[in-house]
Amino acid sequence: MTAPVQLEGRHEVKTSKLLTTLGAAGALAGFLIVFVYAWSQPIIQAYKAEQLRLAVQEVLGGPDHFDTLYVYDGALRKELPADVDGAGLEQIFLGYTAEGERVGFAVAYGEPGFQDIVRVIFGYDRGTEALLGMKVLESKETPGLGDKIEKDSSFVNQFSGVLTPLVGVKARESSGDPHEIDMITGATISSRVVIRIINDQIERLGPLMDAYTGQVARADTGGVR
Amino acid sequence: MSPRDTTPQGDFFRGVWKENPVLIQMLGLCPALAVTNTVENSLWMGLATFFVLTGSSFIVSLVKKLIPGEVRIPTFILIIATFVTVADMSLEAIVPTVHKQLGAFVALIVVNCMILSRQEAFASKRPLGRSMLDAFGSGLGFMIALIMMGAVREVLGQGTLMNFRVIPGHFEPWVIFILPPGGFLTLGFWLLFLNWWQKLRRERARVRAWPDGVAAPVEGRAA
Repeated sequence: MTAPVQLEGRHEVKTSKLLTTLGAAGALAGFLIVFVYAWSQPIIQAYKAEQLRLAVQEVLGGPDHFDTLYVYDGALRKELPADVDGAGLEQIFLGYTAEGERVGFAVAYGEPGFQDIVRVIFGYDRGTEALLGMKVLESKETPGLGDKIEKDSSFVNQFSGVLTPLVGVKARESSGDPHEIDMITGATISSRVVIRIINDQIERLGPLMDAYTGQVARADTGGVR
Repeated sequence: MSPRDTTPQGDFFRGVWKENPVLIQMLGLCPALAVTNTVENSLWMGLATFFVLTGSSFIVSLVKKLIPGEVRIPTFILIIATFVTVADMSLEAIVPTVHKQLGAFVALIVVNCMILSRQEAFASKRPLGRSMLDAFGSGLGFMIALIMMGAVREVLGQGTLMNFRVIPGHFEPWVIFILPPGGFLTLGFWLLFLNWWQKLRRERARVRAWPDGVAAPVEGRAA
């Protein structure tokens, strides 16, 4: 049932016409958006996967290949039960040399920074408890200040070889301790976020890494090069 | 000037300069201040806005007789939002690094009042061809303004232009120009310069129109 809409000084417009107009416009808009979504999503997902693969290679110092491990049921698993979809599970990566020796784990995680979520990936050798490298995957920190956590090579390079747990110190107060990271002047919050993410994740995932005794991956058994 | 007095050239060039959305009408200032820290960002934001404006004007002008006046604004917004969503997803697929830099401001094109105003004031009342000329002009004018902002901010804030170093390495960039306050400063300087330049042009034209020995009328009074 449609009631006419009466506006002063205007002719009558049936409610059904208004609904039809907006309904048709919405349907056409939806169709166009779905069409573009179907075209763009595979490209976007492929780009993100490639960026993650490159980041894993970078923070692990160029391993021969690596495995993707899922955090499932309180443990790291290379393979999941048939009824579990790995897409929604947290993933970490385990790199290997060509001889099958473990290089280290790569962990990606994000936490709120100064402006928005800062998401980093770091490589970690559980045996020596040293970091292998760090890369910022996502950040909207202040240009020229906070964004130095990804653009300032002198800050980023410190994360290669430093021992964990990390200790952030002001640049002029460094004592040479192998756990120390010189924070960026003017971007203390952003620097601390990176350090906190790494320390927290190692504390959380360290026992799982120790417990993981998965078979050494070979390139022909699922390892990603 | 009533809408009927416009010419096709006038419809196009009005938005490019005479009624430039940013520099004259002061519309769309949110992206103009927020994402113009480099020329590349400015260019892509300008292109995205150009696409949304021309696409929306095309559809609105095409179906204007089918849209009841009572729901015209919701319908315009729906059409604009559709093109913004398409632009957002397309940018993420084609230039993901730029999309990351632009952040939420691509999605916020939907609330750019410059676009809605062109639909309400022009595309919903004029033929398709004229509407497209108006959209091309306004879109181009918006893009030009963003690039003007981006060029100044990138050179002074980073010492580069289109990622090429144009200022010697020993120059310490003025970081403030790539921060939000730098957007306000740059816009202010551009408006100051353009107003001064236009005033200068008007005075020169007045001097030419009133030869020596004849007093020109004082501005603001009846001749």
